[in-house]
Amino acid sequence: MSVRLIGITKEFQDPEREGGKLLAVRDFNLEIGEGEFVTLLGPSGCGKTTTLRMVAGFEMPTSGEVWIGGRNVSNDPPNKRDTSMVFQSYAIFPHMSVEQNVGFGLELKGRPREEINREVKQIMEVMGIAELAHRRPDQLSGGQQQRVALARAIVNKPSVLLFDEPLSNLDAKLREQMRLEIRRIQQSFRITSVYVTHDQAEAMTVSDRIVVMNRGRMMQVGTPFEIYSRPANRFVADFIGRVNLLPVRVERLAEENNLVRGEDGSTFQAVSAAPGVREGGQALLMVRPESLSVSGAEGDAASDTGKLVFARGVIDKTVYLGATVEYEIDAGLGKPLLAVSHDPVDAGFWRTGDRVTLRYSPRAAHLLPVDSD
Amino acid sequence: MRSYGSQAAADLRRAARDPVLLAVLLLVTGSLIVFVLYPLFSVGAASLDVGGGKLGLRVYREVAQSAYLRKAFFNSLMMSTLTAVIGTFIGFVFAFAVTRARVPLARFFNTIAVIPIVSPPFIGALAIIMLFGNNGLITWNLLRIQNFPIYGFNGLLLAQVVTFFPVAYLTLKGVLESMNPILEDAAMDLGGTRWKVFRKVTLPLAFPGIAGSVLLLFVETLADFGNPLILAGSKFPVLSVQAYLQIVGMYDLPKGAAISVLLLVPSLLAFYLQRWLVSRRRYTTVTGKPQQSTTQIVSPGARIALLVFCLIISLLVALIYFSIVVGAFAKVWGFDHRPTLEHFKFVFGVGFKAVRDTLIIAGSATPFAGLLGMIIAYLVMRVRFPGRRFVESVSMLSFAVPGTVIGIGYILAFNHKPLVLTGTLAILLLNFIFRYIPVGIESGKAILSSIDPSIEEAAVNLGADSRKTFGKITLPMILPAFFSGLVFAFVRGMTAVSAAIFLVSSRWNLMTVHIMAQVESGNLGAAAAYSLLLVLIVAMAIALIRLVLKAQYGKFGGSMLHF
Ligand SMILES: Nc1ncnc2c1ncn2[C@@H]1O[C@H](COP(=O)(O)OP(=O)(O)OP(=O)(O)O)[C@@H](O)[C@H]1O
Ligand SMILES: [Mg+2]
Repeated sequence: MSVRLIGITKEFQDPEREGGKLLAVRDFNLEIGEGEFVTLLGPSGCGKTTTLRMVAGFEMPTSGEVWIGGRNVSNDPPNKRDTSMVFQSYAIFPHMSVEQNVGFGLELKGRPREEINREVKQIMEVMGIAELAHRRPDQLSGGQQQRVALARAIVNKPSVLLFDEPLSNLDAKLREQMRLEIRRIQQSFRITSVYVTHDQAEAMTVSDRIVVMNRGRMMQVGTPFEIYSRPANRFVADFIGRVNLLPVRVERLAEENNLVRGEDGSTFQAVSAAPGVREGGQALLMVRPESLSVSGAEGDAASDTGKLVFARGVIDKTVYLGATVEYEIDAGLGKPLLAVSHDPVDAGFWRTGDRVTLRYSPRAAHLLPVDSD
Repeated sequence: MRSYGSQAAADLRRAARDPVLLAVLLLVTGSLIVFVLYPLFSVGAASLDVGGGKLGLRVYREVAQSAYLRKAFFNSLMMSTLTAVIGTFIGFVFAFAVTRARVPLARFFNTIAVIPIVSPPFIGALAIIMLFGNNGLITWNLLRIQNFPIYGFNGLLLAQVVTFFPVAYLTLKGVLESMNPILEDAAMDLGGTRWKVFRKVTLPLAFPGIAGSVLLLFVETLADFGNPLILAGSKFPVLSVQAYLQIVGMYDLPKGAAISVLLLVPSLLAFYLQRWLVSRRRYTTVTGKPQQSTTQIVSPGARIALLVFCLIISLLVALIYFSIVVGAFAKVWGFDHRPTLEHFKFVFGVGFKAVRDTLIIAGSATPFAGLLGMIIAYLVMRVRFPGRRFVESVSMLSFAVPGTVIGIGYILAFNHKPLVLTGTLAILLLNFIFRYIPVGIESGKAILSSIDPSIEEAAVNLGADSRKTFGKITLPMILPAFFSGLVFAFVRGMTAVSAAIFLVSSRWNLMTVHIMAQVESGNLGAAAAYSLLLVLIVAMAIALIRLVLKAQYGKFGGSMLHF
């Protein structure tokens, strides 16, 4: 079912702060479509958990409304809301077997025994934990507990599934495996989901749309592509991956054909511009490191067809990672530029002190407003 | 202030969404007010009542002008201080010997120190009279001294030290166990001598615990009623007994109430000082796990000294229980020690009503106290509501309030409208329930603070209301706390005297009160038989609960109880 958050603000008492208050979430508006998977992404303390807990009903908004499936649930307690949550700590009931844990929600709903058994069995098979049915929680590995928590949430066929950093207690490998699993399960049941994480790769993998938050505010909502390639402001651009930013003046703002001029007078083209970029005003030109290609000083431009010169400089540092090579280039801009080459064997390999030319494609260039948060 | 108000309003609104929870909140808060605060308030009000509906300090002036009562005040404070210091010293030596020096017979010493905790608090006094009294086994039968001066200071100090050193032992054992012996090892490694390490590392680390134990013993001794009633005599007045005598002997309620207030004030001061100390005692618990030290912190000579000391104290405790057992089967204590079952015939015959009453009262108050303790622990730790701090501190109050005070409070509060309970079963039950919840609450809180609150949130999220969450999730998880709450409530209920003595009636009487009466009329044999039966019942109850826990939780179940 769809979820709507309308003008949500949450204030906590915090005697240690001046004013005694802490605005954990401010004026938050979001509409989540039926079956959609939306991720809340942001640095620690930005209000993701608080927002999620307001959807579940564990926190009451100081102002604003929560709607689930066309019904205002703002005043419903958590047990009356049709949401199921997967907790960061899994919150498996330690005194119940796996089977009892998974069936607990159905039991509370007063379903007949046979039905509970059937449903529980089925979901445990889907989750690949059928053989754990009679285990006690303390006999499970982290990944198994994770699956039990997920099964327990899904078996109730909730209107909304909520996840609060469900993978943060797993090791890196399992994390990658489980995020695909979560996506698969969500897709097959088509349950509207809200997912909280501060890991951008995780957000990119699982989400239909990502909400980037900072200090209680929503910074941007969009598909993973939009968030990564067309960030709305400097915060989002910085938070999701690494960026090269050049201060520029906007000469011309036109559909897919923007022209800007750098401080040294050179011109750049960019296909896209974030809202708030004005013709004649200042802006930031953004190009991701993997969109900068490195070639020799006088460069065989032929291999970079359609690419324009971004800057010239000297290699400062080279980090060889096997699959990729990362370069830091001193182009006399104060901050070094970053470039990532994905095919070092073919594209050539540069060493510290080499003079190089960096090129970019206007399709990978994006303009950001200067004074955004 | 406004924002605090709005927060409280929001909390209340949240609570109101769950009617069961709201009802429980109101019920708990209301009953704490009625059955804990209101009696205390009644004591205060009665002490200020100067007749004619006026308030004043006249009664206090009278108390202050009476040299006898001034002496009682002084005696009480002196006695409590001495007992606290000596008891803590003995407790520390025991705890140190058991946990650190690893003396031989450690388990035996542990048992010796725990037995008095599950016995009626006046058993020391009873045994001391049997040993050193007019017809005492040692003073009369062995040494042929008549009228040995056991009544008064000497006897009382001995009885109270024996009664209360185990409390210090248990407290300090916990403190020493939670102290990381690696610290001592490190100090020795740095070249400290054993004595230096003890003085510079062990003792300072244990100091907050020691101070806490002194204060705790001070509170308990000040409140002690059974021992002084038997042993203090008229030449050595103490406050708790004087309050009782004013009310039961002289029918002077205002004066009894005023003495109670004098008793209450130092108790509360010491209690809150103790809590404050414990709350900031952070650095002693470096690691939670008891660890075995690898080096020997104690020299062989010191170990022998510790062993001898513990043996002497243990001998004293053993002597006490020995005389109770022998006394229960001896024809006429002090004169005719031929074995007999006469006293038990009396206990199981004419005197059996008190046994039955005690079992009914303690037995039915126990589950309520246990459950209420868990409910309060849950509310305090897991539910946000206005007045949470209030519920928490009021429910812990009975740790600090001497039984005599609360007993007098109950007769003052509940012998008139709107609630007339005097002489009923209810007044005893309510008194027991509200006095014996704190241990359950404390251990419930300790367990809950180690359990992630999201466990309960998960249950709510799956559709459980607060009642189901508590019953199906919280309670099963804090079951060990529930059981230690049960054991505490039962032991205390079975052995209660100080408050109960005001509340018993011909319809509902208690074994402990009967024992006191037998002692007073010189019938030591019957008193010993009653006491023995009482200790056996308590021991059986604890064994039963242990058995249940073992069946439920395997072989570690038994160790969930701290006895
Ligand atoms: N119950 C509370 N009382 C007071 N302040 C709170 C409470 N819960 C959260 N906060 C504060 O609100 C802010 C947002 O917290 P929240 O837990 O939502 O952050 P988060 O984005 O989930 O962070 P993390 O990634 O660290 O989990 C933080 O500053 C936090 O300290
Ligand atoms: Mg969080």
